[in-house]
Amino acid sequence: MTTSEPIVSMRGATFGYGDHAVVRRVTLDVHAGEVVAILGPNGAGKSTVVKGLLGLSDRLGGEVRLFGTPIDRFRRSGDHARLGYVPQRHTLSGSMRATADEIVATGRLVRQSWFGRPSATDRQVIARSLETVGLADRAGIDVVTLSGGQQRRVLIARALAAQPEVLLMDEPTAGVDTANQHVLAQVMGRLAAQGVTMLLVTHELDAFVDVVSRVVVLDRGGVTFDGSRDEFMAREAELLHEHHTHHHDDELTYPTPSLTGTAEAGPAGGAT
Amino acid sequence: MSELFSYDFMQRALLAAVLVGLVAPLVGVFLVQRRLSLVGDGMGHVALAGVAVGLLTNVSPVWAALVAAVLAAVAIELIRASGRTQGDVALAVIFYGGIAAGVVILSKSAQGTPANLTAYLFGAITTVKGSDLWVFAALAVLVIVTIWLLRPRLFAVASDEEYARAMGMPVLALNLALAVLTAVTVVVSMRIVGLLLISALMIVPNAAAQLLGSSFRATMRWAVAIGLLCAVGGVVVSYQADTPSGGTIVVLAIAVFLAASIGRAVVTRVRTRRHARAETHAHEHGPECGHPAVPHEGHVDYLHDGHRHAPHEGHYDEHDAAGHGAAGHEPEEARQP
Repeated sequence: MTTSEPIVSMRGATFGYGDHAVVRRVTLDVHAGEVVAILGPNGAGKSTVVKGLLGLSDRLGGEVRLFGTPIDRFRRSGDHARLGYVPQRHTLSGSMRATADEIVATGRLVRQSWFGRPSATDRQVIARSLETVGLADRAGIDVVTLSGGQQRRVLIARALAAQPEVLLMDEPTAGVDTANQHVLAQVMGRLAAQGVTMLLVTHELDAFVDVVSRVVVLDRGGVTFDGSRDEFMAREAELLHEHHTHHHDDELTYPTPSLTGTAEAGPAGGAT
Repeated sequence: MSELFSYDFMQRALLAAVLVGLVAPLVGVFLVQRRLSLVGDGMGHVALAGVAVGLLTNVSPVWAALVAAVLAAVAIELIRASGRTQGDVALAVIFYGGIAAGVVILSKSAQGTPANLTAYLFGAITTVKGSDLWVFAALAVLVIVTIWLLRPRLFAVASDEEYARAMGMPVLALNLALAVLTAVTVVVSMRIVGLLLISALMIVPNAAAQLLGSSFRATMRWAVAIGLLCAVGGVVVSYQADTPSGGTIVVLAIAVFLAASIGRAVVTRVRTRRHARAETHAHEHGPECGHPAVPHEGHVDYLHDGHRHAPHEGHYDEHDAAGHGAAGHEPEEARQP
């Protein structure tokens, strides 16, 4: 990355479905090498933001740029491989058998032609992706027999197989037991050490506290905190108080001022 | 037995059976994966209306059925994609409308005898004409080539549609392609299997294959093998026993499915008896866990407080002398990673 252009840039972005806005006026930049956690209660619209970046929810206002390109143009350009998506799913499809490497191979398709078949390089990348998440020894195992945490790592490997420039992760710990959360955090630590940029949505930071470089709190449809991890930790009690009153879920309609500036706070620039 | 091959109609029926046995499971595997096991059934219903219109207007029933089934396929997929709550009811109207119109129109045609209706619904080996066979062969090649080309992306969409969309795959176009391929398969199968039973040959071989294969690729191969076996076997039995070919083929497929289920249950039981789960511990073995790794017979065991843990599915098994002889497990193999 030679440019200082942020990988993800949102300016007063509103996302939702159809006419229904779920999250309003989000302003946020993510730079290369950062690991940003979006925290917030259920229903705050965290997932909707990530889905908006992937074209899975609708942008209803504001400006969104990916790698410096307006999002609509980015999605038409066919550059999807630059975004790695790890969805929030508790289980992988169980209706037909599929092995871990078969699932991971689907992540590589964005870099393959319609008429081609996986090259030696493709196969190598697929194998290395499984190795990165610590599942090389289970490549040939039917994914439904894996534990929830292992399945989540298969999905991370699938995203890595595209060799993306940023990983977008939706609730990576949902449905994952503590032992596996630990392994998951190790995997993400390894990725962070390699300089992989990550934007993850989560309702609990505990598992990733050593991995993230920056925290953004999203509530009542807007950003209410944006700062380095240490700043967040210092104010955690005050911010979490807000958190533990978990259920402002039902869309409150009064406008919330966005308190946020941009992302200068992130400790890691393009340090790769 | 050899007389079987001396009749022209049997040669045609067997060739048609090979085409059906090959194509139906190939398309069906993606339908099962997308949980659309019954959609081929609906297309068969609508194809009957096409057949009836063809007979009444003296157009080839095969071509008329093809047009009806493809139109139905596109309509079904578009209704599904729109995600409307009334979609389910709309599909029911299309399916039953198809079969009702088929029966009514057929009764007004000169060829609308009960015997003919039964042949269309449940298959008959004597009905494959030479001209049909060429059409079936061309359509089967079309299906096989298309599936081969689209297979990786059809698999991706069927296993995680949202992810496929996020990665910019043309999800609707792929789903439409699969729907049209299903319609074409319905038509290729209509003579031998019959319009009411076609769906079974797309689904049942895959259900059995799932019990035998351990990956998607292996499952697909098993399904085609079972499909071929049942289609050709069904035609032969149908000739010997004088039964409708479609019903015979499907009964055979169900028998294979039952045999596979019982076989699988027995194997699982035997394996569980020999299979000792290790105690659960709060970490996963790997290069960083600190337990010595022992490469062994194609997998890696981990030395854990004096015994070995072998990864199995989502957990660890106890590997010890009882399993497969302590001799092969000498600790000098152990290495610190």
